[in-house]
Amino acid sequence: MSYPQNHTNEDSVILTEKLSKTYEGIVPVKAVNQVDLEVKKGEFIALVGPSGSGKTTLLNLLGGLDSPTSGSVIIHNQDIAQLTKNQLIDFRLRNIGFVFQAYNLIPVLTARENVEFVMLLQKIPVEVRNARVDQLLKEVGLSEQANKKPSKLSGGQQQRVAVARALASKPQFVLADEPTANLDSKTAFNLLDMMAKLNEDEGITFIFSTHDQRVIERAKRVITLVDGSLESDIVKEVLVA
Amino acid sequence: MLAQLAWKNIWRNKIRSLVVITSVMLGIWAGTFIMSYVFGMMEQRLSDAIENEISHIQIHHPDYDADNDPVFVIPQSQQLLDLLDEDEKVDCYSARVLAYGMINSASTSAGGKLIGVNPAQEDKLTNISQFISSGEFLDDTDKNKIVIGKRLADKLKVKIRSKVVLTFQDVDKNIIAGAFRVIGIYESYNSSLEELNIYLNDKDLLRLLGNGANHHEIALLMNDSKEVDAYSTQLSSANPGLKVETWKELSPELNLMIETMDQSMMIFLIIILVALSFGIVNTMLMAVLERVREIGMLMAIGMNRTRLFAMISLETIFMVMIATPAGLLLAFTTIEYLGTYGLDLSAIYAEGYAQYGFKPLIYPTLGVDYYIKIVQLVFITAILSSIYPAITALRLNPVTAIRKI
Ligand SMILES: Nc1ncnc2c1ncn2[C@@H]1O[C@H](COP(=O)(O)OP(=O)(O)OP(=O)(O)O)[C@@H](O)[C@H]1O
Ligand SMILES: [Mg+2]
Repeated sequence: MSYPQNHTNEDSVILTEKLSKTYEGIVPVKAVNQVDLEVKKGEFIALVGPSGSGKTTLLNLLGGLDSPTSGSVIIHNQDIAQLTKNQLIDFRLRNIGFVFQAYNLIPVLTARENVEFVMLLQKIPVEVRNARVDQLLKEVGLSEQANKKPSKLSGGQQQRVAVARALASKPQFVLADEPTANLDSKTAFNLLDMMAKLNEDEGITFIFSTHDQRVIERAKRVITLVDGSLESDIVKEVLVA
Repeated sequence: MLAQLAWKNIWRNKIRSLVVITSVMLGIWAGTFIMSYVFGMMEQRLSDAIENEISHIQIHHPDYDADNDPVFVIPQSQQLLDLLDEDEKVDCYSARVLAYGMINSASTSAGGKLIGVNPAQEDKLTNISQFISSGEFLDDTDKNKIVIGKRLADKLKVKIRSKVVLTFQDVDKNIIAGAFRVIGIYESYNSSLEELNIYLNDKDLLRLLGNGANHHEIALLMNDSKEVDAYSTQLSSANPGLKVETWKELSPELNLMIETMDQSMMIFLIIILVALSFGIVNTMLMAVLERVREIGMLMAIGMNRTRLFAMISLETIFMVMIATPAGLLLAFTTIEYLGTYGLDLSAIYAEGYAQYGFKPLIYPTLGVDYYIKIVQLVFITAILSSIYPAITALRLNPVTAIRKI
C-alpha cells in the first residue's frame, strides 16, 4: 500500500489518499476531488457543504458502496479497492454501519427483526443476538416498539431503528447520509442526542452529512466540502452540551 | 432466515402473488387433467380393442394374412384348442372360421367379413351379445342364421328376419352362395367393424367352404396381461408351423399410439409450463424492480450476492410450491371423480370418436408416476423461472439503487 507511513495510526479507522470521483458525462463532474482525510476512532464528524458539493458521493466512497476514479480508501489498514464484490459486501457487513436518509428498514420485518437481521447475516448465535437486540433497542429508546413493523413507526423512530441496526454488527464506524433530513427539528435533535450519547458512552465513530446548522453544532469535528474539495476541517475542543 | 424473509416478501403484494399462485395452480390442474383424459381415452381404447376386438393373442396359418385365402387353415386346430383348454394362464378363446365375401339383400349388396364362430366361445371372448341392439346373438343350434352390424343392416336395408345371400369362394376357389336369415343386429362403438363383421355359426361356414376346411383364427385372452409376450413366444416355439401374434403386432398403430403418448403428453405439459414460467418471470421482475431501493439498502448493509439471489429465487419457488400441491390436489379430485363417473362427451363428439373406435364416455386416469413426473417438471420450471428475476436483482448497483428517487 502506498500511503505515507506517518499517516498510519493505530487509532485511524478511515484514511483516504487523494480520493477522487468523477462522473463522466457531457460535462464531467468532479463530485469528489483529491480528498485526504483521516478519521480516528471515537470521532463524531459532521460533513457539511452546499447541495451538490459531494457529501453523498464521499460517504458512498468511504462506505465502499461506490468505487473511486482515483485515490484510495483504507479502512482499518485494508485498502478496500482490493476486495472483490462479495468480499466488499462482507467487509461492509463487519466494519461499517449505514443509516440512510430514507428506506432504511426492511418493511416486512419488525423493528426487532430489522436489528437482528445483520447479526443473522453474520451468523451470530441466538443468545448473543437476542441480548444485543434488546440492549440496542433500549439504547435507542424503542424497547416498547420492538415488535412493530416500520410502517407503524414514526420517521424518527424508524431512524432510531436504523441506528440500532447500524450498530448491531459492532462496526468500526457508522456512516449516515442526512439521517435527519426527513425529520422535524425536534425529532432530529433527539436522534442526534442519541447518536452523541452513543459516541460519548461507547466511543462509536459517527460520520454524518447534514444541512442543518443546529445539528452541525453537535459535532466534535466539522468537515466542509465545496465542489468536491475539502474546504475546511475544524476539530472543536469541547463538545457543546 | 432468508426463507422467512422471502416468504414474508411474497405477501407484500397479496393480490399479485395470489394471481401467480392461482395461474400456476390452474395450469397444473388443466395440464394434469388433460393428460389423464387422454390416458383414459387410450386405456379405454386399448382395453376395448383387446376385450372386444383383437384379444391378447391371435393364431393363424402363416400365409393366411397375405390374401385371406380360406385354404390356409390351422391344421389340427382341435389339438391346439385342447391344450389351451388345459392351460391355466389362458382365460378364454374363440376359434373362428373366416371368409371374405359379399352379402346381398333384396335391394343391394355389400362386402363383408364372415366370421364363423362357436357362439358361446365367441361371446365369452368378445362379449358380442352385449352389443346386440335388436334380435339376439347366435346359439349353437342355429342354422343359416347371421348377426350383422347396424351400419351394414342400414346399408343393406335389412331388418331382423330379413333374408340375405352370402357369396364367397370355397377352399377349391369355387364361388358358392348360401341363404341366411338375419337374427340379430349389433351396435359397436367402432363403426368400421360394425360395417364389416358378419357372425354366423362355424358349422355353417365350414360346411360351405368344403372339404378340408378348418379354423383360420384362434383368438385368446390371458388371465394376466403381463404374460402376453412370454406366452406368445412359448406358443410360437411349440407350434413352428403357425403364426402367433400379440395385440401389439396385430395392431401396431394402437401400440405406437400408446408408446408415443407418454412423450406427447410430456411435450404438452412442458409447453404449458413454459407459458406459465413467462408469467412468473414477468411478475417477479415487477416485484424486484419496485424494490430497487430496498435491495440496494440490503446490499449496502451486507447482504451478499448469494443471499440476495437465494432470497429472490425463493420467493418464486415458494409461490410455485404453494400452487403445485393445490393444483395437483384439484386435478386428483377431478380425475378421481370423473374416473368413477365418467366424462360424457356424446353430445359433442360421439360421431368423430366412433370412427376411431373411441367411446364418448371417457374415464380419466393418471398413474402415480405421472404425478411424480409433473412435480419434477414443475420444480424445474420453478427453478428456471426464478433465475432471471434473481439475476436482475444482482445486477443492481447499491449506489444507483439507493440514489434512485
Ligand atoms: N450518478 C451520478 N451521475 C452523474 N453525476 C452525479 C451522480 N451522482 C451525483 N452526481 C453529481 O455529483 C455531484 C455531487 O453530488 P452529491 O450527491 O454527492 O452531492 P451532495 O453534497 O450529497 O448533495 P445534496 O446535499 O444535495 O445531497 C453533484 O454535482 C451531482 O450532480
Ligand atoms: Mg447527498
